[in-house]
Amino acid sequence: MFGKRHVLSMREFSRDEIDSVLDLAESLEPYARGGRCEALSGKILALLFFEPSTRTRLSFETAMMRLGGKTLSLGPAEGSAIAKGESLADTIRVIGAYADALVIRHPKEGSARLASQFSPVPVLNAGDGAGHHPTQTLLDLYTIRKESSLEDLRIALVGDLKYGRTVHSLAYALALYGADITLVSPPTLEMPASIKADLAGKGTMVREAHHLDSVIRDVDVLYVTRIQRERFPDPYEYSKVAKSYRIGPESLDGVRDGLIIMHPLPRVDEIAPEVDETRHALYFKQSFYGVPVRMALLKMLMEESR
Amino acid sequence: MTETEMELRVTPIGNGTVIDHIPAGQALNVLKILGIDRTTEATISVLMNVSSLRSGKKDIVKVEDRELKEEEVNKISLIAPGATINIIRNRRVVEKYTVDMPDLIVGVLRCPNPSCISNTNEPIKSQLLVKSKNPVVLRCVYCEQPITENIADYLI
Ligand SMILES: Nc1ncnc2c1ncn2[C@@H]1O[C@H](COP(=O)(O)OP(=O)(O)OP(=O)(O)O)[C@@H](O)[C@H]1O
Ligand SMILES: [Mg+2]
Ligand SMILES: [Zn+2]
Repeated sequence: MFGKRHVLSMREFSRDEIDSVLDLAESLEPYARGGRCEALSGKILALLFFEPSTRTRLSFETAMMRLGGKTLSLGPAEGSAIAKGESLADTIRVIGAYADALVIRHPKEGSARLASQFSPVPVLNAGDGAGHHPTQTLLDLYTIRKESSLEDLRIALVGDLKYGRTVHSLAYALALYGADITLVSPPTLEMPASIKADLAGKGTMVREAHHLDSVIRDVDVLYVTRIQRERFPDPYEYSKVAKSYRIGPESLDGVRDGLIIMHPLPRVDEIAPEVDETRHALYFKQSFYGVPVRMALLKMLMEESR
Repeated sequence: MTETEMELRVTPIGNGTVIDHIPAGQALNVLKILGIDRTTEATISVLMNVSSLRSGKKDIVKVEDRELKEEEVNKISLIAPGATINIIRNRRVVEKYTVDMPDLIVGVLRCPNPSCISNTNEPIKSQLLVKSKNPVVLRCVYCEQPITENIADYLI
């Protein structure tokens, strides 16, 4: 069912493989909520974070502990000290010998693939620079499947679609499900042409808009990402753009009943706190769903390497 | 001068390899890809900007007393896709084929992405997958960045 040794990039997942991860995640959800499970007892997961990311690290740690396993972790300070003295390849060979699987976050693109070439145990990519973050995409898909539907989905991806790696790999995966995708971004932060061409090649309808306006009333899922100040040379221009993409309670007039609003978090002010109380706000649940999804991946990779 | 005379400007070689139909201006890059530099002992002739009926101008490289292996010579297809390889024995062409791009290119081009792990001092060679041969589309195995143009600029 799951022939993979590593989880590095969404490009390597077929729709069937994604479905099998999501199915397993669903069956593990009760354990993610605290039910007793010893599936990975006696196993050790090493968390190698060469770059800070509290959320993803804690989510992996939780997932491993909920499966009855243990974790050891390398923080960013230790990580950068090691990075100065030793090649990543050597670090991976050494720590790969202590643990049953490795989770890596590293600022260089392709670092997780390199790690997989030197690691004696499975490697999970938890973000490689501007590259991939496949577990985020899988938890996004899980959220959509549970709280909306992956069939006949109409989704708008909103915000920084140029640099935001989460939206690139999400769009790519959604194309496997034939989703109808609307890209909403400022003109300077449009999705790169190469990625749009990739989507078109998969037969996916992609529309583009520069304003949220009516788009929000036409979709089942609104996936909001942060627009970073650094992307704009002019602070005035930034605040103008950021304001026009901000989701407030007034934005929700006339939206579909089942509309869900997602966000990879952390949010700054893309979504007003008043929206949190509405039935549309799904971002905290989405973040929790990272636990069963990561449990599923850990279980698949580590049980198979037994 | 006939085309043949132009090409034979240099005395015919007894044995070796002739790389013909290299796009004009690419002969030195071909040598670079083949790893032929001043440490090479073989006699090498380089003809640049030879008139050709087929393509206007072309370059030719002749390597004496060495029969280049197909897998090493195929790498030049990145910059000289139409090049032909002629194996010469006893002054005669005994074998001829057009270079064919391999599916994976190892250690020839660096990835254009400055933040790619393959551009750091890790103990690895660059690896580029050939996604399409014509037009050339390569993709870094590590960071997945595509390379589609100015390929010669990335020669290692
Ligand atoms: N003995 C030799 N020494 C040096 N160069 C040679 C020798 N024999 C052939 N060549 C060169 O090798 C190339 C191929 O020779 P060939 O006789 O096959 O020419 P051709 O018929 O024009 O081939 P093509 O159709 O590939 O252009 C030419 O550039 C030719 O000048
Ligand atoms: Mg000829
Ligand atoms: Zn690269």
